[in-house]
Order: sequence, then structure tokens, then C-alpha cells
Amino acid sequence: MNDQAQSPDILSVRKVSKRFDISEPFLNRLLERRPRRILTAVDEISFDVPRGKTFAVVGESGCGKSTVARLLMGLHTPSAGTIRFEDSDITHMAPGKPPALRRRMQMIFQDPFASLNPRWRVREIIGEPLKNFGICKTRAEVTQEVEKLLVQVGLNAADAKKFPHEFSGGQRQRLSIARALTTRPELLICDEPTSALDVSVQSQILNLMKDLQDEFGMSYIFISHDLAVVWYMADVLAVMYLGKIVEVGPKEQIFENPQHPYTRLLMGTVPKLTVGGIERAPVSGEVPNPISPPSGCSFHPRCPLANETCRTVSPELKVRAGGAHSACHAADAGRLPSWTRMAAE
Amino acid sequence: MTLLELDNIVVEFPTRRGPLEAVKGLSLELNEGQILGLVGESGAGKSITGAAITGLIEPPGLIRSGQVRLRGQRIDNLAPEKMRRIRGKEIGAIFQDPLTSLNPVYTVGEQLIDTMRVHLGLDHKAARKRAIDWLAEVGIPAPEARLDQYPHQFSGGMRQRVVIALALCAEPKLIIADEPTTALDVSVQAQILALLKRLCRENGTAVILVTHDMGVIAETADRVAVMYAGRLVEIGDVAQVIQDPLHPYTKGLMNSIPQIGNRDARLTQIEGAMPGLRNPAPGCAFAPRCPQAIDTCRTLRPIPVDAGSGQVACHLFGEAQ
Ligand SMILES: Nc1ncnc2c1ncn2[C@@H]1O[C@H](COP(=O)(O)OP(=O)(O)OP(=O)(O)O)[C@@H](O)[C@H]1O
Ligand SMILES: Nc1ncnc2c1ncn2[C@@H]1O[C@H](COP(=O)(O)OP(=O)(O)OP(=O)(O)O)[C@@H](O)[C@H]1O
Ligand code: SF4
Ligand SMILES: [Mg+2]
Ligand SMILES: [Mg+2]
Repeated sequence: MNDQAQSPDILSVRKVSKRFDISEPFLNRLLERRPRRILTAVDEISFDVPRGKTFAVVGESGCGKSTVARLLMGLHTPSAGTIRFEDSDITHMAPGKPPALRRRMQMIFQDPFASLNPRWRVREIIGEPLKNFGICKTRAEVTQEVEKLLVQVGLNAADAKKFPHEFSGGQRQRLSIARALTTRPELLICDEPTSALDVSVQSQILNLMKDLQDEFGMSYIFISHDLAVVWYMADVLAVMYLGKIVEVGPKEQIFENPQHPYTRLLMGTVPKLTVGGIERAPVSGEVPNPISPPSGCSFHPRCPLANETCRTVSPELKVRAGGAHSACHAADAGRLPSWTRMAAE
Repeated sequence: MTLLELDNIVVEFPTRRGPLEAVKGLSLELNEGQILGLVGESGAGKSITGAAITGLIEPPGLIRSGQVRLRGQRIDNLAPEKMRRIRGKEIGAIFQDPLTSLNPVYTVGEQLIDTMRVHLGLDHKAARKRAIDWLAEVGIPAPEARLDQYPHQFSGGMRQRVVIALALCAEPKLIIADEPTTALDVSVQAQILALLKRLCRENGTAVILVTHDMGVIAETADRVAVMYAGRLVEIGDVAQVIQDPLHPYTKGLMNSIPQIGNRDARLTQIEGAMPGLRNPAPGCAFAPRCPQAIDTCRTLRPIPVDAGSGQVACHLFGEAQ
């Protein structure tokens, strides 16, 4: 590949938002005088995915990670903002369109059960994109490639004859990984790709993903709630909270010296392998509600450092010493206490 | 007091290529108030074991032999109608796949309210109030507003929590939780685990917790059972199994756990894959991947022997050595 001519980023997202209308039907609203209700799942986020690197996204359940992934794949239309894949604007592209571009961009879904056609055998599920995109010409080639992919993800070549329901949860997740790899995509969006796998199979898959990255220069967007996995995979790490990116930057920087109170809280709740008696304190404070988000900094109701400014003014992402960006008034004012991961443990 | 006993159960799926034994003779006991962690290789038979207990093995699959007893009463041979009543009321099941337990055409609230009306005999108003409490209990923000939404309007982790609320709301004595916290971030996970532990402590509820997350096991379970290729290979107290695993597979599993701060270029993995369940080779199913295998391992199947704080099925233990 001639990297010279290409921009360093394979994907660029600018001020993208997604609002869902979750109001009751119009007539009910009229009769019961209920207001229209809008849920802002993604709120003006911007980021770049460097070519050949892994951009990881972490954040609480419901903070909008899967919605971001679906926006990128064209499965939701953004309410605002632009998404570019290299030089093409794909903001309003329908799913799967245009095919030439979409085969370069694939996704592994969070729910492996919903994403495999139950009536197809494995060799059809994995073989179909191979034929469709003209990667394999003959049936023999398809069979060979399907079997190779199955072995790569730790299944057996003989599994090609089976239907999805004959597999366990983790085995199905491996099928969807194999399918996503068929078109040899340049950008792979992975939504919790290994959370259904036991740790030894997880190691196999993650090692495989790293090998593919080294060999073919693949770029990954990697969504996960497992910080140890993120530590291993990520080059760049983004932390989301209630639809916004609150901190983003080089992985090491964020693990070693996080510059946002929410990131610090996340790093402090990692479960440890110490047995007995430990009761991780569930995060205190009001759980955020994306239907009516808090004023100012949306983290302020749970933040130990919140002051009046935090309650009224929304903080902006600013660059910090070390090169990461975070959105926090306390960091702006130099009010963040010093931090080491050891201190949190 | 013993709540649940599995006595040498064998689960079989007849297929066109001959029968496939997904669970090959498994015995366990579980006391009231106890949390048993069930871990093991993907495809080892953990979910199928759960399905055998709840009577939810998909036909043509069946329990070929063995017994499942709840408080001494056999439940593996009950009529489907009777079993349905036990499930929900006595046994709550949290499935690995949250979508199968949620009905897409009913709101989350309707599903919770229905379950409580059927199993607890509450009226609509009381059930609705409890449903809101349950959503709050599993950490869903703005539960009152969320009650009237449909499952597809929830995030993956929120759906998983609704499934948990659905399984718990009928106050069962035994909970089979299959990967209940996989889609959850660490702080919500902590909340769910605290909830499960509280139910065990206060109501004597027993839990079988299927998960691959050793952090969750360490924090929650009293005992741990490890499965490989349809069999138990090790069972013991949580501290021993996690800190001092005996079976080579368990050791491999523990070494594969990624650690923050580790700078190795590759994660440790157990080389190779679990063998297919059909036509098993003689000997120990783990032998082809086992770094400690001896000749006997390839010819003779190890049977569980007392070791550590429980039992282990491996030729490196027991009187043979
Ligand atoms: N309906 C079925 N027909 C045939 N084989 C099946 C069926 N359901 C499961 N199996 C097989 O039984 C074995 C055990 O499956 P099970 O779902 O119990 O695994 P598991 O231990 O829960 O794995 P995971 O951690 O991946 O969820 C698997 O190898 C699977 O291929
Ligand atoms: N189709 C939809 N209609 C209405 N609301 C939606 C829809 N999809 C997602 N949401 C809402 O958007 C928010 C973000 O959801 P999303 O699935 O992106 O979260 P997530 O970060 O992936 O969470 P998880 O870790 O639990 O998977 C949630 O509050 C969810 O309820
Ligand atoms: S802006 Fe204020 S409330 Fe928000 S994280 Fe920083 S200190 Fe806490
Ligand atoms: Mg998600
Ligand atoms: Mg399973």
C-alpha cells in the first residue's frame, strides 16, 4: 500500500449526534398532555481513527457506544454532524452502501445471537460475502477459505456444516468474527467482541486480531467494558459518559494519569482477583438519565470535585499535559488531585 | 441444607451425524444460600447444564440419563406444564442471550408486571410499583419513564439488567444466571453482584453463576466448578481454585487472564482448541493441549478424586501417582 498519499486517519467523525424520539404516540400525547420526549444517545462527538491502529471506546452501559458503532455502519442516520471514511462522506449512506466501500468496513455486533441467520449453515453464512464480493471465484475456493477462517477463530473445519443454534454463545461470537473477517476489511468495528468468550479463547482471538493488524495494517474501533482487554488492545482510548467523549488520548497516558474524574472512577472499579470479603462500592450518586441529562457537566451529580461552575457550564475537551484531551472544569482550574493507579488500588 | 442435586446427568443431542453428548455425566450439589461459580471453555457445556436444571433443553436434545433433584424431589421427569410452574416460581433463569427472554412486542413494564401477577398473585397496581423498584434495583436510571419502553429501545447492558429483574422478581429459591454481567461495565456489574449476594444472605437463595470473568467469580462465588468438554475437571472453594488451581486446564485458564500494566506483546493462551464432542478420543479430553500430559492421559480417562478443597479429574492426582 502506498501510505504516502493517504491521510493518517482512516475515519473521521465530526460533531455527530443521535437523538431518538421516544415520545408516546401523538394521540396519547395530545389526550394526556404529555410532552414530546427526546433521548440524546450521542451528543456532538468528534474523533479520528488512525490507520493501522486500535481506537478503543469505554464507558458505562447505556452511554452510547453501540449507537456510535451503528452510526458509523449506516444503521442509524445521524441527527447532526459528518462521518468521513478516508475522503468519502458516508454520513447519510444507507447500510451496505456503497458496496465497494462497505466491504472495507465491517462490524462485529454486541449480540452474536441476533446477527447470524438461523436458517443458514455456517458455510453459507461465512461463504456468502466471499462470493458476493468476488473474493473467491470457485466453490472449492469458498470451501477452503471458510475452513481456514473457522480454524483461525479456534473452531473446527467440520463446523462448516452446522447451523448457528448448534453452537454455544462463545462459539457463535467466533462465527461472527470469522464472518466479519471474510471481506478482509481495513476497518473493523468491534462491539464487545470477546465479552461472551472464556479468557483462553479471548486470548486467542485478541492475539489473532493483533496479528492481522501487524500483517495487513487493519484499523480497529474496539468497544469493551473490560479495561484489561482495552489495555492490551488500544492505541488510542476514548472514555464516553452520557453520550459525550469526556477524555480521549494515548492509552498509556489515560491509564497512568487520567485527567477526568469519571475515568479515575472507572479505573478504580476494576474487579481484582482477590478472594473474599471485597465488596466493590457501586458508584454512588444519581445514575444519569439520557432523557433529561444533568445541567452543566453531566457528570457533576456523581463527581467528588463538582462546584458551582460544574453545575451550570458544560466543560469542553481541552488538551492536557501528556497529550490527552479531557472535558473537566477541575482539570482546567488545576483542581484535579495527583493520581496514580496504585493509589486507586 | 441441600437445595439442588445433579446426579450423573448426560445430555444428548441426536443429530443426523449421530448423537452428540454435550454433557457427559455431571454431578453437583448446591446448598441454600450458596453461590457456585461455573466456568470453563466456551462450548464446554455450561449453558446446557443450566438448561438441564431448568428443563429447557431444546428438543430433540434430552437428558439421556441421570437425575436433577430440587429439595430431594426429582424435577427432570416432570410434565412441561408442571416444570413451567417451577421455573419462575422456584427457579429463576437468567439466560446468556437477553433477547430470548424478552418479548419484543410488550413493554418492559408489562413483562415484569405480568410475571409478578402470575407468580406472586399481586394486583396490577402493586405489581407496577414493584416493577419500578426492580428496575431501580438493577440500576436502570429513570425507571418510571423506562417502564413503558420496549426492549429494542434499551442498550445491550440495560436489556441484560431487565432480564435479571425478570428472573428475580418472582423471588425464586434457585437462580441460574448464565453470563448475567457480561455486557455490563464494572460499576453496574458491582451493583448486580451486590444484589445477588444480598438475596443469598437474606433469603437463602442459591445461585449458579455461569461466567468466564474470574474477577466476578472471585468476588461473588463460594465454590467454583470448572468444565471442559462436557465434564467437570475441577471443583473446590473459590480461594483455592483461583489462587492455587490444580487441574492443568484451570491453570491455563488463570494464566490467560489479561492484566492491566502487563507489557507482553501477546496474551498467554492455551494452544489448540477444545476437541469436538463427537467421537471423543480415549483418555483425558485435555491431553492434546496439556503441557503436563503423561502417557496414561492419552489412554485412560481420569475420574474425579478428592484433592485440594474439592475434587479434580486428572491423572497427576489420586492414588495412581
Ligand atoms: N441445539 C444443539 N444441537 C447440537 N449441539 C448443541 C446444541 N446446543 C449446544 N450444542 C453443543 O453443546 C456444547 C455445549 O454448549 P453450551 O452452550 O452448553 O456451551 P457453554 O459452555 O455455555 O459455552 P459458552 O461459554 O460459549 O456459552 C457446544 O459444543 C455446542 O456446540
Ligand atoms: N432504537 C433506539 N430507540 C430509542 N432509544 C435508543 C435506541 N437505541 C439506543 N437507545 C438509547 O440510547 C442510549 C445509548 O444506547 P447504546 O446502545 O448506544 O449504549 P451502549 O453504550 O452501547 O451500552 P451497553 O454497554 O449497555 O451496550 C440508551 O439510553 C438507549 O436506551
Ligand atoms: S467538570 Fe466538574 S463535575 Fe465534571 S468531572 Fe470535572 S470536576 Fe467533576
Ligand atoms: Mg452496547
Ligand atoms: Mg453458554
